Amino acid sequence: MSKLSYHYPLIIRIWHILNALCILLLIATGISMYYADPGRPLIEFSWAVKLHNFTGIVLSFSYLIFFFANLFTENGCYYRTKWKGIINRLIKQGMYYMFGMFKGEKKPFPITEKRKFNPLQHISYIMIMYLAVPFVIISGLGLMFPESVLKAPFGVGGILITDILHVATGFFLSLFLIIHIYVSTIGASKSANFKSIVNGYALVEEDEEEED
Amino acid sequence: MKKVLILLNVLLIASSATLSAQSDSAKKAEALVIYMEVNDYVVENEACLRCHGESKYILKDESMEREITQSMCRDKIIERDDYYSMVHKSFACLDCHSYDYEVFPHAYELRLEPTFTCLDCHGYDEDYAQYHFEDIEVEFQESIHMSANPDNFTCWKCHDPHSYRTFVRDDEKSVTEAIAYNNDICLSCHSDFSRFELLTDKDEIDLLDTHSWLPNQAAHFRSVRCIECHTSLSDSVLVAHHVQTKDLAVRNCIECHSSSSILMGSLYKHQAIESRGKLGFVNAVILNEAYVIGANRNKVLSFAGVMIFLLTLGGISVHIVARIIFKK
Ligand code: HEC
Ligand code: HEC
Ligand code: HEC
Ligand code: HEC
Ligand code: HEC
Ligand code: HEC
Ligand code: HEC
Ligand code: HEM
Repeated sequence: MSKLSYHYPLIIRIWHILNALCILLLIATGISMYYADPGRPLIEFSWAVKLHNFTGIVLSFSYLIFFFANLFTENGCYYRTKWKGIINRLIKQGMYYMFGMFKGEKKPFPITEKRKFNPLQHISYIMIMYLAVPFVIISGLGLMFPESVLKAPFGVGGILITDILHVATGFFLSLFLIIHIYVSTIGASKSANFKSIVNGYALVEEDEEEED
Repeated sequence: MKKVLILLNVLLIASSATLSAQSDSAKKAEALVIYMEVNDYVVENEACLRCHGESKYILKDESMEREITQSMCRDKIIERDDYYSMVHKSFACLDCHSYDYEVFPHAYELRLEPTFTCLDCHGYDEDYAQYHFEDIEVEFQESIHMSANPDNFTCWKCHDPHSYRTFVRDDEKSVTEAIAYNNDICLSCHSDFSRFELLTDKDEIDLLDTHSWLPNQAAHFRSVRCIECHTSLSDSVLVAHHVQTKDLAVRNCIECHSSSSILMGSLYKHQAIESRGKLGFVNAVILNEAYVIGANRNKVLSFAGVMIFLLTLGGISVHIVARIIFKK
């Protein structure tokens, strides 16, 4: 049975919109700095630098909101996982996306009030929100205050290493974003998930007995 | 005869240095012995450096047996360490200066005597062909400095006759050191009004102010030279000398922050020539010294990135097609 339930609390939705805007701007300005070229005008360089710095700081605050909201509200529960059997669950969900959904099989891990994310979402959100984003923020702050970066850990410039890691993590975040947005179109309808992240309500199944 | 006496004197002090511990004059004498490895005229030069190598000098009146101590003007003091490690470290003072300077007070006419120019000794000389002195001379003639004060602005104003060394070409010097050395040359006037005003009637220019448009100013001044932005590049000369008016200065970030960075033709030119072909990375040489956003693009990483991106998009496209076919 499905029912409409208040799935995303307001604070999470505000955070999410802020987060999405920041990441989009950071990606756009980041790419235009990385591929800066006289013959290929993207965003004008000094503007890109200013915007990237500003948005980076906003993102840091936005991340703090997320971090503490998850620490002190129940939303944090959704970011803890049982690692046992995780591989099997991931494969199951993956197989569903690749084959099951076309054969009309049932969702292996339907969204319920207790289970907000399916295993793939679950793991990728944890990785993104507790590894990639903090890392991109810390390395970004390091580039903003270069004097705080270790000079030369292995004979290579500390700034250089920081920068490569920053760019690489930014790259993976962009990949995540593309997949994230695409997978969000797989829902009750193609736009259903986008509506829920804006108004908070999502169509969820009745809670089952067993937990994932 | 006088020379031998002084030499004896020097050696005497030097040998006594080993006995009497670390007195100042002993240290000085020890240093002189080291200088003798690069210069045959150390002793003769002491006749001038006795005054010009110290912050004070002593005037004696033999008949009255009276001594007075006077201070040497700061800009006439020559550091021995600098002198004996510069490009002309093997020179006697009198190679460049008139013998009449042996007399003190120095004669009035001496001051107005023209000095040698670099070209007098280096021009059209095969041994120095790699430096392209003639091309540099042409560039300098066209520079803003020369046109502002053609009578007094000479090569020596930047190439201090008593301390100039080559940094950019020296493989033992890091790029960072070369940048600092080069920028100090410009700053010797542009942050020292007492030297600046000798050559112009202009008011003092506040560099921090005129460059306030440049973010991370301190980082930039540490990692690029002034001439990167203030000269036009040329192929033959390693260090561009054509300092242009401020309207022509580089202001566009992309000139450096791109894969076609001008830094490859200027600051990193020497390294680029040395390591060309050895490394496959775009602008690999910059990698070791600084990270210039946009300029150190790593070909391998960029390629891998683009491939992963395309694979992802490909996967999504296949999924979309499948969804259309199965109407999901
Ligand atoms: C007794 C100390 C003394 C000795 C020895 C001495 N000088 Fe000087 N020299 C001075 C002083 C003081 C000045 C600055 C005042 C002046 O210009 O007369 C000066 C000025 C100069 C100047 C700058 C003149 C100008 O254009 O303003 C030169 C060049 C110079 N000395 C070269 C030499 C050389 C070369 C020797 C050695 C052969 C030498 N001096 C030995 C004290 C000395
Ligand atoms: C390679 C040539 C060269 C040698 C060697 C040389 N000088 Fe000079 N010196 C010059 C030139 C050229 C100037 C004038 C610089 C200028 O116009 O700014 C000068 C200027 C000076 C001045 C005046 C500095 C000033 O700013 O007013 C003094 C003093 C001086 N020399 C002393 C010496 C002494 C002492 C020695 C030896 C230890 C020496 N020089 C060796 C080329 C030389
Ligand atoms: C009085 C003649 C004379 C003048 C003037 C002179 N030089 Fe030199 N220069 C020499 C000689 C001789 C050497 C070689 C010194 C040695 O090997 O010890 C030399 C060496 C050099 C070197 C090092 C070359 C090498 O391959 O090691 C450079 C660079 C240089 N000079 C630049 C200049 C510049 C720049 C000027 C003008 C600001 C100048 N010189 C003025 C005679 C002169
Ligand atoms: C506005 C300052 C300035 C003036 C004026 C100037 N130079 Fe230079 N020059 C420099 C700087 C800075 C360097 C780089 C020094 C280094 O680190 O090796 C340099 C380097 C050189 C070199 C070495 C280039 C190489 O290939 O390694 C030569 C030769 C030279 N200058 C000759 C001259 C001559 C000749 C003149 C006068 C016609 C002159 N310079 C005037 C600032 C100046
Ligand atoms: C990133 C490029 C860049 C670098 C590096 C740089 N400048 Fe400039 N500089 C400029 C530009 C652009 C202007 C013109 C500013 C304006 O029009 O207000 C300028 C202006 C100047 C002026 C003229 C100011 C006036 O108002 O007349 C001087 C002098 C100057 N620079 C000296 C230096 C010196 C010395 C250094 C090295 C310490 C340096 N610059 C480094 C780009 C640069
Ligand atoms: C010996 C002193 C001296 C040194 C060294 C020197 N400058 Fe200058 N510079 C001046 C003076 C004097 C002026 C003003 C000229 C005038 O009257 O317009 C000036 C003017 C300038 C200007 C302004 C031009 C304009 O449009 O107003 C620039 C840019 C500049 N210098 C760059 C440099 C750079 C780059 C270096 C180092 C390679 C350097 N200077 C080294 C004395 C110096
Ligand atoms: C003459 C070349 C040059 C120009 C022009 C230039 N830059 Fe840079 N920039 C550099 C170099 C070299 C570095 C590397 C600094 C380092 O890390 O040592 C750098 C570093 C930076 C950094 C990062 C500093 C850090 O903390 O690592 C920023 C941001 C930056 N530039 C922005 C700009 C902007 C904006 C402009 C145009 C207004 C500009 N740059 C113009 C050469 C240039
Ligand atoms: C414009 C870009 C974005 C869009 C359109 C978008 C869309 C969505 C949607 C539709 C959901 C609901 C998920 C679902 O029901 O499956 C969601 C959730 C989520 N998104 Fe995004 N997103 C964007 C950017 C981002 C970015 C940049 C991040 C992180 C870096 C991110 C992290 C998350 C997380 C962690 C959740 C779970 C929210 C929760 O805690 O309840 N999103 N997003």
